[in-house]
Amino acid sequence: MSTFNTFTSTAFPLAVENIDTDQIIPARFLKATSRDGFGENLFRDWRYHKDGSLNADFVLNQQQYSGSILVAGHNFGCGSSREHAAWALKDFGFNVIISSFFADIFKGNALNNHVLPIQVTPAFLAKLLVAIQENPNTEIEVNLEAQTVAFGKEKASFDINPYKKMCLQKGYDDIDFLVSNLSKIKAFEQQHIY
Amino acid sequence: MKMKKTLFDKVWDAHVVDSIPNGPQILYIDKHLIHEVTSPQAFNELKKRNIPIFRPKQIIATADHNTPTVDQHLPVKDELSRNQLQQLQQNCDEHNIQLYALGHQYNGIVHVMAPELGITQPGMTMVCGDSHTSTHGAFGAIAFGIGTSQVAQVFASQSLLLKKPKKMRITVNGNLQNNVLPKDVILYIISKLGTDSGTEHFIEFAGDVFENMSMEGRMTVCNMSIEMGARGGMIAPDETTFAYVAGRKFAPKGADFDKKVAYWKTLKTDASAEFDTEYTFDASDITPMITFGTNPGMGIPLTENIPSENDANLEKSLQYMNFEKGTSLIGQQVNYVFIGSCTNSRIEDFRVAANYVEGKQKAPNINAWLVPGSQLVVQQIKEEGLDKIFEAAGFKLRQPGCSACLAMNDDKIPDGEYCVSTSNRNFEGRQGQGSRTLLASPLVAAATAIAGKIVAINTPVLEEA
Repeated sequence: MSTFNTFTSTAFPLAVENIDTDQIIPARFLKATSRDGFGENLFRDWRYHKDGSLNADFVLNQQQYSGSILVAGHNFGCGSSREHAAWALKDFGFNVIISSFFADIFKGNALNNHVLPIQVTPAFLAKLLVAIQENPNTEIEVNLEAQTVAFGKEKASFDINPYKKMCLQKGYDDIDFLVSNLSKIKAFEQQHIY
Repeated sequence: MKMKKTLFDKVWDAHVVDSIPNGPQILYIDKHLIHEVTSPQAFNELKKRNIPIFRPKQIIATADHNTPTVDQHLPVKDELSRNQLQQLQQNCDEHNIQLYALGHQYNGIVHVMAPELGITQPGMTMVCGDSHTSTHGAFGAIAFGIGTSQVAQVFASQSLLLKKPKKMRITVNGNLQNNVLPKDVILYIISKLGTDSGTEHFIEFAGDVFENMSMEGRMTVCNMSIEMGARGGMIAPDETTFAYVAGRKFAPKGADFDKKVAYWKTLKTDASAEFDTEYTFDASDITPMITFGTNPGMGIPLTENIPSENDANLEKSLQYMNFEKGTSLIGQQVNYVFIGSCTNSRIEDFRVAANYVEGKQKAPNINAWLVPGSQLVVQQIKEEGLDKIFEAAGFKLRQPGCSACLAMNDDKIPDGEYCVSTSNRNFEGRQGQGSRTLLASPLVAAATAIAGKIVAINTPVLEEA
């Protein structure tokens, strides 16, 4: 997996609250057995009209916006645990999602796919959304080491679990770590009631 | 003095293998449930890394999300669905994992079949690549949904790396009015607290209402904890729990059962143990509920009007549903009714529906999909003669599966149609592209199917015995 530390990108502003994973990737597209290609159907029913034509009003279809950051409303990723949502976002090209609040399971799924969820205050989010809408070329700088996100004269810090930060920086994942602990796990099983 | 612990603390702490300084904990997982949709990529991941499945005997598989609910004896028509089911079969065969495939006498929705078989037990940790794994918390287990990367982690180590969640307690005391069902209780709670209120928490449901509830009802409540954003919900195990577990296929037997019960009895929150967040409600305030919007928190008492405040999210949602602010849903024509899903497809749910429709006739405009949660529920419906009652009233039972809850199979609500559904999510397009879902109890769903429109449900106060 890729590793990252700092980068700068423009962003797509998606000012909708409570975006559930059924919107990110509808259930009818969950029939694949690999992790690839889900980006094609990211936000399918918002990106396309029912007749299959592009919905020009939807932010991902608006030419002025670009980049590998998605800025979205409060409670992003609620609902179904489908990791396909994180795969779809990553496959589409997003490395960072900025919101004022993330649903738990989505947050974990994103981190496990080295997509960084950055939680900021509602006030910072509101300013950022306005800045991008006013100037789609607004550059956002993400510094994972310093745990900061900045644009224009605005700067905010964000929290991340130190272990997860290390995983992102070094490209590790939990399987490596857990497998290296199998002897401890076996010892635990010896005294466990179930 | 010994630290006071909550039910959640007791079960969590008993499963901690190790704690990483300033980091997460390694949590041991007792039971891992898998299904066809969220497991194939995890099997592939292990194969790619050449890692064996660590504890195949602690994994139980079923086919449910993507399965047809008619003609299950025939080959599955949809090629992609068929492929997913075949991969599950191959993966389970290859790794010696017990699979209850389509057509098996124990097949069913993962959160219906596991409790029925006694796989779910108090004090356990359980996971599944499905957010409604919270259902199993009804037994006093820590049960939660995980992503596919985590499915692979549990395959590899029977453990997960997790930060201990915060603790919330929701207490509902008093007596429920007649015709107010467990579904109404949880829809009421979510409508009061919102869909993000439980985030980062595990919930304990406490108080008279849950103590007096059946296991089926407790499962309905814990099932929808995730709709508040919580990882899971729990209810302390008691005599109701022990009686439910006793004698089931995978339940402990004889002296082992007695030993487990003695342990399970210790799984109660200590007096004065502390929670990070607490809420209290009064049972008598709860009436039959229905949702009007596009998240499960957008619920109202059946007889009240849709809110009318100025709110962009409310407006977006009402536009999708084609409802007006400040109006009542009573009298709204509905052409589809779905009784099913891991929330409400157990025997009690069908008893409630059968009891209501007995001697009545389904409205001509209604397409009703009655989808039992498992083969064992089907069997019980037949044993109790409920199928005859449904048939006489113009209803036909389908075969078990997740069905129109997420519409991965052919059971899709058509574009623009309303469906009164006993499932758990009313998100845009959840039950089919353009579908409009109104979540409610099996009683409200049955009443809608008879009337062909949304009708009020009386809540007479029961005479004290």
